Order: sequence, then structure tokens, then C-alpha cells
Amino acid sequence: MSLRRPAKNQPENFEFNASSLEAAKSIVAKYPEGKQQSAVMALLYLAQKQNDNWIPLAAMKHIAKFLDMPYIKVYEVATFYSMYNLSPVGKYFVQVCTTTPCMIRGANKLVEACKEKISEHESALSNDKNCSWMEVECLGACVNAPMMQINDDYYEDLDKEKTLKILDKILNGEKPTPGSYRGRINNEPENNRKTLMDLKNA
Amino acid sequence: MLKDQDRIFQNLYNDLGPDLTSSQKRGDWVNTKEITDKGRDWIINEIKDSQLRGRGGAGFPTGLKWSFAPKEVGSRPHYLVINGDESEPGTCKDRDILRFEPHKLIEGCLIASYAIQAHVCYIYIRGEYFVDGQKLQAAIDEAYEKKLLGKNAAGTGWDLDIYIHYGAGAYICGEETALLESIEGKKGQPRLKPPFPALIGLYGCPTIINNVETIAVVPTILRRGGKWFASLGREKNTGTKIFCISGNVNNPCNVEEEMNIPLKELIEVHAGGVIGGWDNLQAVIPGGSSMPLIPKDKCETLTMDFDSLMAEKSGLGTAGVVVINKDQDIIKCMARIARFYKHESCGQCTPCREGSGWMWRMLERMAKGEASKDEIDMLGDVTKQIEGHTICAFGEGSSWPVQGLLRHFKDEIKKRNKFDPIVKENKNIPYLVDQHLLDKNA
Repeated sequence: MSLRRPAKNQPENFEFNASSLEAAKSIVAKYPEGKQQSAVMALLYLAQKQNDNWIPLAAMKHIAKFLDMPYIKVYEVATFYSMYNLSPVGKYFVQVCTTTPCMIRGANKLVEACKEKISEHESALSNDKNCSWMEVECLGACVNAPMMQINDDYYEDLDKEKTLKILDKILNGEKPTPGSYRGRINNEPENNRKTLMDLKNA
Repeated sequence: MLKDQDRIFQNLYNDLGPDLTSSQKRGDWVNTKEITDKGRDWIINEIKDSQLRGRGGAGFPTGLKWSFAPKEVGSRPHYLVINGDESEPGTCKDRDILRFEPHKLIEGCLIASYAIQAHVCYIYIRGEYFVDGQKLQAAIDEAYEKKLLGKNAAGTGWDLDIYIHYGAGAYICGEETALLESIEGKKGQPRLKPPFPALIGLYGCPTIINNVETIAVVPTILRRGGKWFASLGREKNTGTKIFCISGNVNNPCNVEEEMNIPLKELIEVHAGGVIGGWDNLQAVIPGGSSMPLIPKDKCETLTMDFDSLMAEKSGLGTAGVVVINKDQDIIKCMARIARFYKHESCGQCTPCREGSGWMWRMLERMAKGEASKDEIDMLGDVTKQIEGHTICAFGEGSSWPVQGLLRHFKDEIKKRNKFDPIVKENKNIPYLVDQHLLDKNA
């Protein structure tokens, strides 16, 4: 298990804005009547999006009221799943995969790059409070290792130099293009493709 | 090598585009009504004939699983749930299906829902695949627009609604009952079985849970016949499978191949060989991190299917092949996997919650050479006490890789960790002192 604690400084209030509210209503409609609790995960995600990538306790209370369920049940869910950030992580949240398949292809170099550019320590905000990084478990892009995720997007086939460039971009407020950084197409074997060649050349 | 026309996922590398029009050119949605018109029994029998085994890791026969669904719908509705919580280190096959072959999955959902009489299907996708999930959502919207989903889906007379439910970064939600808990809006902690989900599953209703890849191959099997699928591979290990080859290879890739393909062919032909040459190979994890590793000498002749890997005391799992060459420290690699399991344990059962942490810490020390001789056997003992003593298979998943390491690389560990128990050496590591040994010395 991983240790997860809510932040010390919490805002007093949280309410869904108009667009989140609309999205929340359509999410609740996906589930059978009376089973609105199912929507709690998606609603927490919405709250996180709305609140600069983290979920304050006030948002959990708001969601509990919205779904007519006990606050503690929302709290349980928010603290169980690792994608819910319980303290501020900045506008750009960098997650570096360091599980074995990435590790043996040099994920530690990506971590070095993050330490140089963002902050010395994991989960610590950068100087401009806009960005933070952390090591995470397998992100499921093992054939594109090493890789990292910034907010929703995957950046694949990296090395230290390329990571530094990407981080420079986000620190300047630009959005780097997601995908492979070695120019390969999706998950095909680079320069060594032996299958479905007719389609490739078509 | 498998012939190109026998490959089910023609768009694995997105040469053609994932949209409906190009999917239809590849044969999706062409005669869905003809398939469902043949009836539920025909569909289930055809899947049984194909000997399709679940692609999510456990390899349970799919046709058999479907036949567990109640024949008549009672007061409770049936549900189909698709497991796309792909989080096993080394595995990234479902992601490509979600983003490049979504219509194979959606059509499979319709046929499977018809076969088990479900009107609602939930597709559970891990939260990190948000962008890929959006692509699937676009394909679902497209299908609704063309009346392939919703009321009288694709003219089959069957009503079906498909909803995506995103996870939020919990590996354990790949376990089917934890996944159901998660859809119900709770912590993803597995349920005791029995009752099995086929009778009491989502919201207490009969539920069939299948992996993304399993469902996505169903339409093609029914079009080309169970016999065709069964003719590939070997008895009880039939058909094709997407292999993910990662780690120290020259061209890491996903590739669809026949079951029972030699491991060496996968690595040498498709993945461009081991970095530093075949002789530089140290070990291979054949089926995602929870399967025990296999040392080089056995890799020469190994074939990749459920039963032949089982014979090597490993398993095909999700077919995520992680190649580790001699430049890597094998103990460190396994320690990192142990850390993964320590992080992902749901905390419900004590042997797993505590044991996964013990294994990680012991392996970290072993990698540094800070463990004592007798700890090596102690580690083996810990794995045995986790395995089989937990509600779900996570206990096995976390202890098997460690057992694999001990089975094949014990000498390596022994070489690095030579010293005698801590007390005799007078090492000052207070939290590691065995109290009973201290008493004896005093």
C-alpha cells in the first residue's frame, strides 16, 4: 500500500462550476437508478481537473452531498486510488514510470532530468509553483520505455536530453507534442517491421 | 511466422485509421446480424470450439465462462464488463486495441452481450489511458450515430448501451471482483469467491467479465469459424495473441503472433534481437511481471503458450515479454518489481499487505549485499506464506516473481550476501536484530 495524506492547507469551499456540473450529471446518468455512487470516481476526477490537478477535502464533501452518500466513503475512494492528488501538484504534473521495463531502459535518467529542472525532491513544487514530478508504477506503455506522463498525455521513447527539452517547454508554458520522441510510429518495431507490410506500403 | 491474412488486428500499427469506415473495410460490422441470427447456443459453442482462452492473464476458457451466465434473465439484469485495466508491468496490448481497433472491441461487446443476454456493458479503462479512452469514446459515439449501438443495435434486434468507466491508478482493479467494486464506487478490494460474478456480480446481478483482447477477437472467430482459430497454435492453446516485447531488445514492439511461437523467434525476428547479442541475454519474464522469470538456457527452446510455460513453472499471463540482458542487475530488477507489488497491494489481507513490503525490503538489501546468508531461505519462506493465503491472486502474483528469482538465481544472491546472521557480526542495525538470538548471546 502507499501512504497518502491530504494537504494541510485546505480551501474552505468547493463547488462544481457550470461545465463540471453538466458533465457530472451526464456521468451519473450512465449508471442504474439508485446506483449513483458508481459515479464517485469520475466526479473526483472532474473535481481534480477543475481544481488545478488536486482534490481538496471540501470537494469530497461536495461530491458526497451531490451523490447522496456518506463523506467517509468518498474519502475512502479518494485516498485509495493513487491518481487522485490530495495536495497541490501544480498545473503540469509529471509522472515518470520507473517500474522494471522502464527502469532497465534508463528511467533513472528521466528522474535525474526532473530533479534538475523541476525540483530536488519528488512531489515538491517547482520554484514557480507550476510543476511537480513523481515516480509512479507502470503506466502501461512498456514497449515505448522509458516514458513519462504529463497531465493526460504520454511522452514515449525518451532519454535524458529529450526529457530536458520537454521539461523546458512546459516550464515555459508551452505544450510539447505527445507521443514517441524517436519518431517511430505507434508500437511498431522500428526499422524492423516484418508484419502487415502490404498495409504499411499501401 | 503467422501469415498476414490470419492476423486479427490488421490495424495494430494504425496504418489504416481507427474510424468506422476503414474498420468496415477491414470487415468489422459487416454481417453482425447474420452472426446473432444463428443464436446464443451457436455463438457459445463456436467460441468453445475455437478453444479461446481469456487473454487477461489467467487463461480461463471463454466459451465456458459465457455458459455460466444464467440461461433465463430473472428479476436481475445481466451485465457485461470489459476489463481494460491493463497495468501489469510489461503489458501494453489493450491500449493499442482501444486506440486503433475500437470497433472490433465494440462489435465484440455487442455479440458477447447478446450471447449472455446483457443490455448494458461497462468498459473499465485504467485512468492513465484517458486519451486512449477518449478515442474509444469517439468510436462508441460513431457507432451510436450509425445505429450500431442503442436500440436494435446493428439491426440485430438486441438493445445495448456501452459506457466507459475510468479507473484511477489501482493495479488491483484488474482483478475482476475488485473491478466490480470499483465500478460500484468503492475501494478496489477484491471480493471473496464464491459466489462467482457470473451469478452475483455487478450490483449483485449476473456479470460476465472479459479482457479487452478476448472480446475483440470474438467477431473474427465467429466470421471465420472456431475451427480456423483452433487450427492456429496447438491443442488448448489456440489462436493468435498480441505479444508485447519490451526491455533490452533492439526494437521493442507489439506484434500479433500465433500461440506456441518460439520465444527466440519473437525476440530475434520481431524485436530485432537482444541488445548485445543473444549471448548477452540473462533472463526473460515471459508474461508480465507476476510470472516467474526464465533463465537464458531455457529460453533457447521455449515456446510461448499457456501450458508449455506452465511446465516451466512460469506462465503466459498477459504475454508481456520483458527481456533482461546481462548489463542489468537481476536482483535489482526483481526488487523493483517487488516494490511495485508493495505499492499496489490493496491492503485487505494481512499476508499480502505486510509480506509484499517485507519482500521488497529484503530484496533491496540483497541487491546491495546487506542481507545475511539465512535471509535467503527466509525470503523463500515469506513468499510461501503469502501464496495461497490471500483472497485474490495478487498474493501469487507478488510472490511468484521472487520465487522465480530464488529458483534460478540463488547462487547470484548467495555470492553477494555472504555474511552470517547480524548478531554474530555485531552489525549495528537495530531494527533487524533477532531478539531471541540476542538473548542467547547475552
